[in-house]
Amino acid sequence: MAATPKPEELQQIDYTPPEKEWMEVPPSFKPGTWCYAGKPQILEYLGLPNPRKWSPADEDWKFPDNWKNTILEGIRERLLKFRSFHLFMDICVRCGACADKCHFYLGSGDPKNMPVLRAELLRSIYRREFTLTGKIFKKMAGGRELTEEVIKEWFSYFYQCTECRRCSVFCPYGIDTAEITMMGRELLHLIGMNTNWILEPAANCYRMGNHLGIQPHAFKDSLLGLVEDIEMETGIKVDPSFNRKGAEILFITPSADVFAMPAIFTMMGYMMLFHHLDLDVTFSTYASEGGNFGLFTSHEMQKRLNYKMYAEAKRLGVKWILGGECGHMWRVIHQYMGTHWDGCDELEVPVSPVTGTRFEHAKFTKMIHICEFTADLIKNNKLKLNPKRNDPYRVTFHDSCNPARGMGFFEEPRYVIENVANNFFEMPENTIREQTFCCGAGTGLNTDEFMEMRMRGGYPRASALKYVAGKHDVNLMATICAIDKATLDALVKYWIPEVEIGGVHELVGNALEMEGQNDRETNLRGEPLPVEPSESPPAAEGGEAGAEGGEA
Amino acid sequence: MNKRGEMLTGLVIAVFLVLVLSPILYNFAVGNARSVPDLKPPPGGEKQCVESKEWMRGNHMQLLFDWRETVVREGNRTYRASDGKEYNMSLTSECLSCHTNKDEFCDQCHDYLKVKPYCWDCHIVPPKENA
Amino acid sequence: MKVLSALVAVAVLVLIAAIGTGLAPLQYVFGVVVPYAAFAVFVAGFVYRVAKWAKSAVPYRIPTTCGQQKSLDWVKHSKLEAPHTTGQVVVRMLLEVFLFRSLFRNTRTNLEDDDDGGKKLVYTSSKWLWLGGITFHLAFFTIVLRHLRFFTEPVPFLVQSVEGVDGFFQMTLPALYQTDLVIVGALTYLFLRRLFDPKVRYISLANDYFPLLLILSIAATGILMRHVWRVDVVGIKELAMGLASFSPTVPDGIGTLFYIHLFLVSTLVAYFPFSKLMHLAGVFMSPTRNLPNNSREVHHVNPWNYDVKVHTYAEYEDEFREVMKAAELPVEKE
Repeated sequence: MAATPKPEELQQIDYTPPEKEWMEVPPSFKPGTWCYAGKPQILEYLGLPNPRKWSPADEDWKFPDNWKNTILEGIRERLLKFRSFHLFMDICVRCGACADKCHFYLGSGDPKNMPVLRAELLRSIYRREFTLTGKIFKKMAGGRELTEEVIKEWFSYFYQCTECRRCSVFCPYGIDTAEITMMGRELLHLIGMNTNWILEPAANCYRMGNHLGIQPHAFKDSLLGLVEDIEMETGIKVDPSFNRKGAEILFITPSADVFAMPAIFTMMGYMMLFHHLDLDVTFSTYASEGGNFGLFTSHEMQKRLNYKMYAEAKRLGVKWILGGECGHMWRVIHQYMGTHWDGCDELEVPVSPVTGTRFEHAKFTKMIHICEFTADLIKNNKLKLNPKRNDPYRVTFHDSCNPARGMGFFEEPRYVIENVANNFFEMPENTIREQTFCCGAGTGLNTDEFMEMRMRGGYPRASALKYVAGKHDVNLMATICAIDKATLDALVKYWIPEVEIGGVHELVGNALEMEGQNDRETNLRGEPLPVEPSESPPAAEGGEAGAEGGEA
Repeated sequence: MNKRGEMLTGLVIAVFLVLVLSPILYNFAVGNARSVPDLKPPPGGEKQCVESKEWMRGNHMQLLFDWRETVVREGNRTYRASDGKEYNMSLTSECLSCHTNKDEFCDQCHDYLKVKPYCWDCHIVPPKENA
Repeated sequence: MKVLSALVAVAVLVLIAAIGTGLAPLQYVFGVVVPYAAFAVFVAGFVYRVAKWAKSAVPYRIPTTCGQQKSLDWVKHSKLEAPHTTGQVVVRMLLEVFLFRSLFRNTRTNLEDDDDGGKKLVYTSSKWLWLGGITFHLAFFTIVLRHLRFFTEPVPFLVQSVEGVDGFFQMTLPALYQTDLVIVGALTYLFLRRLFDPKVRYISLANDYFPLLLILSIAATGILMRHVWRVDVVGIKELAMGLASFSPTVPDGIGTLFYIHLFLVSTLVAYFPFSKLMHLAGVFMSPTRNLPNNSREVHHVNPWNYDVKVHTYAEYEDEFREVMKAAELPVEKE
């Protein structure tokens, strides 16, 4: 693995395009800017074409026979299946509004990371092979031949895009590079050009229910470990249930919440909340993954992996599904799941058993977000909260790309944070909400061998975070995405080590006043809470101050 | 494709067709495509205008504009034409002395092209001879 | 290089028309045959392209949400940025089409020196592209509209009023249209930006310079005809009316400049359906803008829904039954 350059070096970004025209500049495979190739046994397990040992650093990528035809047929098929793709191939005017909106461009200065040029990599082939002007005028009309170099270039840049949709916000025609990258990756899969960091989790998820391949007993054990942690911090023993038939609610969250730092603190928050409410909810070891690396593979794989959610809900006979904090999981649930399965008649419209609120906006898909659920609880005064326990934190909120631009999920998490923490500060407006910047490693790019590009892609986020850290002494960035929690952790360690990454329900867990709890002298991370929090009224004393609670 | 998509496509195509074909449809429905201005020579039988007929067609407005500036600003009333002949620079007493009928001469083309010259904001239309 | 080939292409077009009607007696070809052919290509090509897009499915409901979703009653819903109903989508689309709302958001990003010796990214509002784009489009639309005075008799009131407003400041004679100034200014800005902004220059194709130069030449010949080398406008209307009523005539004495103008316009409309200019229709069909954000509430049907291989619970339990039992997890089959 290549050593990642130091932050001082990485910040020297040159935005001057090369002298040569982009079609003349070949892709380069410098360590740190590409992900390892998919392993043959993984491809075989998933039934994907052209399994073999190879590396993007090799000269010979071992193209399958007749690969050109496969790609062209693949394009033809997708033009008919996806109007987005067809339209976006045709109507771009190259105005350049998207150019400096991409985090990978801003962090690398590589013009092929401008969304417009990323799409042109594919468009140039489309024009040459599928349009009249391209067939006649060829290069004059912006067309080019499909060669092995082109495929390598696609591989390079379609795996330097996190499908975050930020460019799509600014495009006057709504051209969404995520759609282009999805198509590009699907096409690459047809000839076996893919990355292991995406396919192995996908294969694991397919077989064992979750990305890391945690087997059922280990899944349960991990959560029971967290039960002990909760007992240590709060004195309360929560009692999660697994694969329980007849439960009212099935809870599905990214498997990273089960074992990965710092996502586990969010999981502790969920479990405390469920216990406190005495919610009739169950975990599933079969549907033990909220995330869906199929989204980063193909629409087909996405559907294959998504199957377990409804299937398990039906098998267990629950009424509805509650989803945890996750980014791309929510893109799938919000914009794809209902369509994939034509709904799920066996389930009921989600109704909060605590407040009686009927979640009409989810009446077809029958799945709601934990922040929607908790915001409703707080609004209806159903929780006793002591935000002072979060006083050591000066919190900002990172909007995750998918809930932001694929769902419109902005106010619910903010409302929850503002009710569980006293010190909340927004990052600059061009870097939050619908203009939020990616963590730099979404869509299955959160692997160590890709570290340089991750640090580059995450630079705009880090830069904005550094601003509020300097201005408001922000020391915790909360987020509602498991990939964020993992990747931003690495990002802040590199760019701005004084900040930590946390989850919204971690903050909820800290603030939650539970019956029979101990003095709560530590937060969920086991860090001691100040006896006299400096920012609180003098009378307040650590955990006990929460007795009056309910400040929502 | 779902119903929503079909409706949208239909709408885009229909609106496009109506817009681009609207002049043609309009002319078929209410138009008067055949009526082209038909200028008659001056009733007095004059053959020669101050400048050539072809030049006057495109540039009479400029000539009148220049006449106005010269007369009003410089007090000069004499126009020397390109063939050397001299004319009195006056819309009503020079131009209209030959082209006696404003309706038939000026307005025909101006109406045809919907041009609204502001000559008559100040000048008084002389009484028509054959009105 | 690319800009040069676009420039040459426009120059060649001008020459073709100039020679064809100035030196050769091909007025009928350039005044009737070419315009009809171009118009036919335009209409048929446009409809064909839209129909072709329409043939492609919209499998998923994928609006780009730029504001708060409709969820709980007390959460303020952003009706324009995350529309929930068809009506809200229509308003979003109207703002997009007529006001270029997305482009209005445009920012410029600069890498600047930080206080502590590092760097930081700074975002500033950048409305020039929006201004250039919207003024060009509105001016172009107005100009097309007022050209209808050549194609209609009697001229409809709407067209007359547009013309009256456009020439409101009677600065010259004939009155100078403000849209003429605006379109030349806007096109010049867009062209220079493409040429001198290194990013935009890098992404530009000959196909990006060509329509700009073509439309600029059309505007220039139009302005020249009105203000410098004047042409017989009555004859031009006669020709235009002949075209619009399918009884074409070519009056004598219309200047070559007019035929150049007409040939460039013919080229533009014939080129239109094969080019990026089709964004005119495409913007209405963009799935990230024209769909409501209600896919958790309403069923969106995928006409070609995949039939996929899945891993069922039974297969899962078969593989893990023993460890599940050992971990006291319930199983279906003992």
